[in-house]
Order: sequence, then structure tokens, then C-alpha cells
Amino acid sequence: MSLLHLAILLPFLSAVLIPFLFKGFRNIHTGWFVLLVPLVLFIYFIQYLPLTSDGNTVTKTFEWIPSLGIDFTAHVDGLGLLFALLITGIGSLVVLYSIYYLAKEKEALHNFYVYLLMFMGAMLGVVLSDNLIVLYMFWEFTSISSFLLIGYWYDRERSRYGAQKSMLITVFGGLSMLGGIVLLYIMGGTFSIQELINMSESLITDPLFVPALLLILLGAFTKSAQFPFHIWLPDAMEAPTPVSAYLHSATMVKAGIYLVARMSPVFAESGLWLWLVAGFGIITLFWGSFNAVKQTDLKAILAYSTISQLGLIMSLLGLGAAALHYDQLDDNIYMIATIAAVFHLINHATFKGSLFMMVGIVDHETGTRDIRKLGGLVNLMPITFTIAIIGSFSMAGLPPFNGFLSKEMFLTGMLSVFELDLFNLSTWGVLFPVLAWIASVFTFVYSIKLVFKTFLGKPQFDKLPKKPHEAPIGMLISPIILVSLVIIFGFFPNLLSNSMIKPAVEAILPSLVDSGQTVDVNIYFWHGFTPELFMTIGIIAVGALLYATLAKWQGIYNRIPERFTLNGMYDAGLSLSEKGSLRLSNAYMTGFMRTYLVYIFSFFVAILLSTLLIKDGFAIDTTDLAPIEFYEVILAIILVASAVTVIFAKSRITSLIAVGAAGYTVALFFVLFRAPDLALTQLVIETVSVSLFLLCFYHFPRISRNIERIGFKLGNAVISVLVGLTITLISISSFSSRSFESISQYHIDNVYDLAAGGNMVNVILVDFRGFDTLFEIAVLAIAAMGIYAMIRYRAAGGKEE
Amino acid sequence: MEILMSIVIGILFMCATYLILSKSLLRIIFGTLIISHAVHLLVLTMSGLKRGAAPILTDGVTAYTDPLPQALVLTAIVIAFGVTAFFLVLGFRAYQEIGTDNMDEMRGTEGND
Repeated sequence: MSLLHLAILLPFLSAVLIPFLFKGFRNIHTGWFVLLVPLVLFIYFIQYLPLTSDGNTVTKTFEWIPSLGIDFTAHVDGLGLLFALLITGIGSLVVLYSIYYLAKEKEALHNFYVYLLMFMGAMLGVVLSDNLIVLYMFWEFTSISSFLLIGYWYDRERSRYGAQKSMLITVFGGLSMLGGIVLLYIMGGTFSIQELINMSESLITDPLFVPALLLILLGAFTKSAQFPFHIWLPDAMEAPTPVSAYLHSATMVKAGIYLVARMSPVFAESGLWLWLVAGFGIITLFWGSFNAVKQTDLKAILAYSTISQLGLIMSLLGLGAAALHYDQLDDNIYMIATIAAVFHLINHATFKGSLFMMVGIVDHETGTRDIRKLGGLVNLMPITFTIAIIGSFSMAGLPPFNGFLSKEMFLTGMLSVFELDLFNLSTWGVLFPVLAWIASVFTFVYSIKLVFKTFLGKPQFDKLPKKPHEAPIGMLISPIILVSLVIIFGFFPNLLSNSMIKPAVEAILPSLVDSGQTVDVNIYFWHGFTPELFMTIGIIAVGALLYATLAKWQGIYNRIPERFTLNGMYDAGLSLSEKGSLRLSNAYMTGFMRTYLVYIFSFFVAILLSTLLIKDGFAIDTTDLAPIEFYEVILAIILVASAVTVIFAKSRITSLIAVGAAGYTVALFFVLFRAPDLALTQLVIETVSVSLFLLCFYHFPRISRNIERIGFKLGNAVISVLVGLTITLISISSFSSRSFESISQYHIDNVYDLAAGGNMVNVILVDFRGFDTLFEIAVLAIAAMGIYAMIRYRAAGGKEE
Repeated sequence: MEILMSIVIGILFMCATYLILSKSLLRIIFGTLIISHAVHLLVLTMSGLKRGAAPILTDGVTAYTDPLPQALVLTAIVIAFGVTAFFLVLGFRAYQEIGTDNMDEMRGTEGND
């Protein structure tokens, strides 16, 4: 186990100590201890930067289950390191923020930090694992820890609802992904991503390629809240704000992005991948930004905005896959899409993290997140306002912030669709830039709304639960660091380009690097009067107009009935499946013994008769039959008559006598069939049974001596006739098609020589097959003890009478 | 003879099934009794009937009836008796405690639903 493995597992190991630290040091906020973990890890991972920026990778293997090909292989390359730095860096800031956000007196901090550290470790494991099974294990760990964190205030109904919803959706996706992983293993014979990438040429022709692609994408889409699986993310906003900032904007929701980027070299040669990733991305982008405008809760706006931005990154990754098909072009414009995706990934983490923290501050200091109650906070909270305006302007894509740069690159990528002439992109592809532009307009509207409605406008402090004031400095540190990064990356984007973006792009498109192309990342503020610039100007103009007239057109959101929204469908689907399965099980589990017996007998008849029919198994062979004698016919008539009498008897005593008659007839049959021991046993046992029945009747109350006549039921009659018919047909067939002789000749020959006996049946019972007899004795003993216990011990408290 | 026995056994199964599907617990027990008779006869019939003397070693006899199924049926008779006796007492005790032998009324209590 190397240091790298220890680094991944450090959060898990330190999580064990948290409860002790919480109980032992009540005066110190537990968060201060926790803060050390991501900080140390961040510094540790920074050391890898020079390594990966030179194009090197580090792989360390720790054998876990080598016989199944499952080893904990840590693989650090540009992409993994980028995510690891995001996770630990933003993790440190979020922990610092949470120290001031969560009060140590009121909150169950030991739970909170254990879950948070669990999540951090899981996330590091996801981005640094090379083995798909280990990746899946960490993937589910993120689902579980996210579930725990969303339900942190478990006494609230909405928290539990949100936690359950996110769990159901992400675990559904996770399991689909596991299916995809297994298919990949069947195709490639390995769980290692790097090895799968090397054999991607042969994988694409495999018939399992498309199912594997779809299943892996299902996992990525559910985790990254892509349309139509985005519905869990807004409900996950019931979590404490540091959690929303960390999990639901910067890290966990990007696990799906990571997976798509990581698996790109395996799948991206296929046109299906390009269409699905880019298509769902662009739909998510549009739908998220469209819905964000109508929200009145600050965190809900941010949730939909996260959905939309994730869609943006996803669509860029999809279009970036087109780069693989043009490896001879000098100026590979599709590589721009991948560069833009990576760049926007970093940018989104910075500005969305700061915006969530800003909302948390507003919530903390005013007591509400409802946009309709807020307003005019600018003079009271100037620092928060500054954070908000930088964050949301960057989100809207305005200069001079980093969001502007990545949005320009995004538009470039989308416009390049026109030059693609593969996979029918030249016809339907025109939708991409159009939808991207419309979505950017909505993004502008909600970003402006977020700041202006909260901080500007008329103050209405009488509606607020608390008297607002500026937040403590500790709470402001983290968002200030993040918005400084927004500005720094905005002015000096090339700080990132060679150190982080280039190695990440090389990891996403390794085949291009192999074919000798260089990834050239040059991000400039000003690139002339390009179409992108005019698009941005258009976005600002139309966006401003739409914001000004928001009140007039907001009505369109209410046109969609609740039932037809995706949430409505999810809720209806959930309750429908619950009600449906309840109704189903109530329908067939009636609680009546008869119903179950009908099922059993029907299946018995159906299976046997259909097999007999399909296999043409009925046979009748009259050559080897024993002759029929007069006595036997009479006995058969008596036996049938007594059995029928039991059915039609009105009183118990009649049916009892009929049953006895049947038993004695059977004994007579045994005599005719030359089975003296059987006849003796049958006579004795029939006598004892009948007396036992009589004994029971004697104790039965007088009124119930007569049983009512059995009602004729056609269904019962049909089933009974079919059962009888089945038995008759099968016994005739099996008697007529015997395949070999009995082994009894051995017993007949050896009964005297080996066992010193003359009665073959008895010798078989006690000598040849004595074990049967032993356990038959045991059965009788158990029955006797059971009867004794039943009679002796009564139900009431088990008291002895 | 074997075909006649097969038909008789089929009729016994038919009657037993009809009894088992009825409401009264006692009839169900009768049904199981008749079914066990039918099964015992079936085992004997399937090995062929009356193919020689009774399976007791006698001088001068070469053909004997197959002894193995008889041994099997003997075991089965005893076990069926044990189970029937237990079942009968169980039905009797159930009648004492619950006050009914109608299967439709024995559907557990509300609490167990």
C-alpha cells in the first residue's frame, strides 16, 4: 500500500476519530480537526502537478481480490488530478465555512463530519481509481454519504423525501453502471480503464458495445442530474448549505461528468455516444436554465442553474468527441470543445461554490431564502453583495470574469457543429447553437434575478425572521477565496492552461496525443469580432429585455399542470408502483387456504398435462398387464363408492365410516396383491385411525356433529377431475414405458444368504434399507411427542393444566 | 389390471382433491387420508401386480412379487399415519381454541394482517 492509497483512504480513517474528538473536546468546534484532512491532501496532490503537466502519469497497485481481477489501482493523470484538487481544495473551503455555519451547541457535528469525510474519501476514490469495480464501490459510497448528508436534519419531512429521492435515482443509475462495467469486462476481459482504452478499436465492433455504452451513460446521467434524471437535485437542497455547495455543485454531481470524460476514449469513436452525450447535455442545459427562472427559493435557483451548467459541460464533452474523427486537421477546432468543458468545469466549481456559500450567508443572517421576502440588502451586507455579483456575473458569462471566457469557448464549440459532416450532424446539428443561445439568455436572466432581487430593490425587513447584518468574517473567507479565483482565472486564464487543462484534455483524448497532435491551450480575452462576441451581445440585450418584462411573461410557467411535470410523474410513478404492488399482492394473496390450493393444483395440472401433450408422452401398452379378476372389480367398485360417499355424506359419522371402508378395502387389495405385511399394517392402522377420529368426534360439541352438505362448486369439480385425469394418464404412460428391470432380483436372491431371513419385505426394512426404518421411527416419536405437547400445553401463557 | 388400478387411483385423487378444496377442516383431513391410500396403491401398481408368490422365501417357488415397493409402502403407511394423527389432533385443538372448523373463517387476526 503506497502513500497514494493512504491519501485516498485518509478521509475514511480519520472519520473514525471524529466521534471521539467531538465527545472529548466539546469546547472546540470539531470542524477545526476535520479541516486538517482536506488541507493536507490538497498540499499532497499539488505535488503531482509538475508531474502530470509534463504528460506523465502515476499508477500504484494494491492487490485486493487478485483472483477476480479486482485490485485497488490508483491512477493519477491530468483528469484525475484536476478532480482531486477540486475535491480537496473546495473540501477545505467548505469545511472552513461549515465551522461558522453550523453551531457546535445545537448540531450533531460528529454525524455531519463523519458523513462529509466519508464522502470526500469516496469521491477521491472515484476519480483516482483505475479499476472499474473499485470505482463502482466508491461511486456507491458517494451515493450513500450523499443520502446521509441530505437527510442530515432527519426530523424534517422534506429532508427525508429529498434523501430518498436522490438515493433511488442515483442508485438506479449506479446499478445500471455496474451492468455496463460487467459488460465491458465480458468484452475486454479486464476491469482496468487504461487497458480498456488500449483495446477500444476492437470493442466498438462487439455486439455488447451499445448496451454497455447505454448503461454506463445511464449511471453518468443520473449522477450528474441530466435530463430527465435531474429531478433529485432540487430536492437535495434540503441538505445544510455547505453540503449543497460541496456535493451538489462542485463535486458529486461532477462524478458523472468525470465518468463521461474518463470513458470517452473507450466509447467516443461511436456516433451514438456523441449524439447522446451532446444531445442530453444540451437539453439539460436548456431545461435547467428555463426552469431556474421561475424558482423563488435561492437554493432552488442555484440547483436548476447547476443542472443547466452540468448540461453545458456534458454537451461540450459530447461534441469534443468529434475531435477523434478529424485527427488530420491542423487546427482542430473540436478539441476546443473539450478544452472548454474542462475549463468550464473548473470555473463552475469556483463560482457555484461561492454562490451557494453566499446564499447560505443570506439564509443564516436573514432567516429566509425566499426571494419574495428579500431585497435591499446591499447596504447591510456589502461584502456578501460583492461576492454575489461576481459569482453571478461569471455565471451569466459577462466579462471580465472566468465564466465569460468559458462561455465564449462554449459558443465556439457549438458553432463548430456547422462544420461537422458526420453522424447527420449537419442537419439536426443546427439545434445545438440555437438551444445553447436560448439557454444562455435564460442563464443571464436568472443570474441577474438572483442578485438584483436579493440585494437591490425595496428593503422589506419586516418580513424577515431575523434582523439582517453582515456575516462574521470566518464565514466570508471561503467565498472570498473562491471569487478571487473567479477573477484571477478571468484575468489570467493561462495560469491554468498548461498546468491543469492541458493534461486533463490529454487524458480525455489520448488517441489524439498518440497520433502526434499537441493540445494547444490558449485562452484569450479578446479574439476579435467573432460570431461568438455578437452572440454574447445578443444574450445580454435579449436577457436584459426579458428580465425587465419578467412579470409579463412569467405566466407561461403555470401553464404546465403539476401532473405532467417530471416531479409529478416521479411521485405518481412511485405511488402507483406502491399501490399497484399492494393491489397485486392483495389480489392473489387472499388469505383463504382454498385459493392457494387452487393455485397449486392448477399449476400441477397445467405443467404436467402440457408436458405430456407437448412431448407427446402418452403411451399405452397392453402386452404386459396382469389379468383382471372378479374380486378385484368388486373391490374397485367398493373403493370408489366409499370415496364418493365421503364427498356426499351429510353427517360426520357417515363420512368417517366411508373413510374406514376405503381403508379396509385398500387392505383387501393388499391381500390380493400378495403383500401380507402391508395388509396387516393397513388393517391395524386403519382401525387405530378410525378410533382416533371417533375419539375426536366424541369431544366435539353436539351442535356441530352434523356438517353441512358440501356445496357443489364447478371450479373445484373441474380442478379435481383434471387432477384425477392427470394422475391416471401419467401412471398409465409411465407403466407402459418402462426402461429397465427392477433391482429386486438382488434382494430375492440374497435375502437368505446375506441376511438370514425369509420375509423379504421385513429384511429390506431392517437390513437392506434399515436407515429408512430408523427415521420412520423418529417420525412416529416426533408425532407422538407433538400430540402430547398439543394436548397438554394450552395457548394461554403456555401454562400446564 | 394395472390400467383399471390407474383409473381407480385417478378417481381417488379426484375425490381427495375435491375434499381438500372444501371449507371444512375435517373434510380436508379425510382428503389427505384418501390421497395417501391412492399413493400407496400407485406405488404398488407401478411395479407390476401379481407377478408371482408373496415375497416370503418358500421352497420350490421361483417367481416372487417385487418386495421393494412393498417395503416402501410400509414405511409410507406408518409415516402417513403419524402425520394424520398429528394433523387430526391439531384440527381438534384448533377447534377447541378457535371454535370453528371452517377454513374460510381461519384467516388470522387483524393484528397479523
